[in-house]
Amino acid sequence: MSTLAAPRWTLWLPLALFCLFVALVVLGLITPKNTDIASKMVGKPMPAFDLRPAADGRPGLATRDLQGGHARLVNIFASWCLPCRVEAPVLGELARQGVEINGIAIRDRKEDLAGYLAANGNPYARIGADDVSAVQLAIGSSGVPETFVIDPAGVIRYQHIGEIRPEQVPMILDKLREADRSGAGR
Amino acid sequence: MRGLALLAPVALLAAGPALADGNLPPAPFAYRQLDDPAQEAKAKALMETLRCLVCQSQSIADSDAPIAGDMRSEVRIRIARGEEPEAIRSWLIQRYGDYVTYKPRLDRLTWPLFALPGLVLVAALAGFARRIRRKDTA
Repeated sequence: MSTLAAPRWTLWLPLALFCLFVALVVLGLITPKNTDIASKMVGKPMPAFDLRPAADGRPGLATRDLQGGHARLVNIFASWCLPCRVEAPVLGELARQGVEINGIAIRDRKEDLAGYLAANGNPYARIGADDVSAVQLAIGSSGVPETFVIDPAGVIRYQHIGEIRPEQVPMILDKLREADRSGAGR
Repeated sequence: MRGLALLAPVALLAAGPALADGNLPPAPFAYRQLDDPAQEAKAKALMETLRCLVCQSQSIADSDAPIAGDMRSEVRIRIARGEEPEAIRSWLIQRYGDYVTYKPRLDRLTWPLFALPGLVLVAALAGFARRIRRKDTA
């Protein structure tokens, strides 16, 4: 019988396992919930697409529009999206500072979008209409608003999930400068 | 005048912006099955193992969120074009990461999950064999 007896320290094993389990649960409880899904397309070239114009007075948006010159923003938005309204003045400020902002309007009707742009301002150089989220899926975006920094070579350099808040303007400008540097060498 | 005042809230409702997720009709194959039952079965099986991006505990087959509808349409169109379900899954994983699939992949991070049951079984069998042998010699 004595040959089968377990070593003494194994007596503590169940308690140790239980403590480990409790630690795991506590860790899960105190870690704030994060439901953001980061795009895996950062660092990859913008996929090929060609969207029809979503609003009068602004051309549509195609991949070739996102290449050459300088870094630019692509803003995924919609007239039915409330946080987009909050973000609109911040985009206006970025446009005033000379940033090129291209819009992709998700599942939007022309008249709804016209009303939205009239009420919230139009900082967009181009606005493409993405009626079935095709481009949104292709760039790994999962909601509105999201903003992508595209370098001069047409490579996605940064994804901002949610609205850009006023205090984040310098950070976005930094990301644009960084993208300008990384895309210039190509 | 009073009649007009009563109507005011109704007018406000009608004039208010659309705050649902857009009011475009859904994508062509969001709620329409493919004509070929074999292709539809393939698409259905895949959709049940793809995770909705905004309703995070549902599959896109379960969800009525517009983006889930757009994903179903995308899946059905690609299946109809002759793409393999697993190729569509990898296309989505390339964009959204492992998050988007309910079917776990075997990779550098997940292999212990698959290996552990086998290791435990081997250890248990070894322990069992030792015990039996000891009993025999006793």
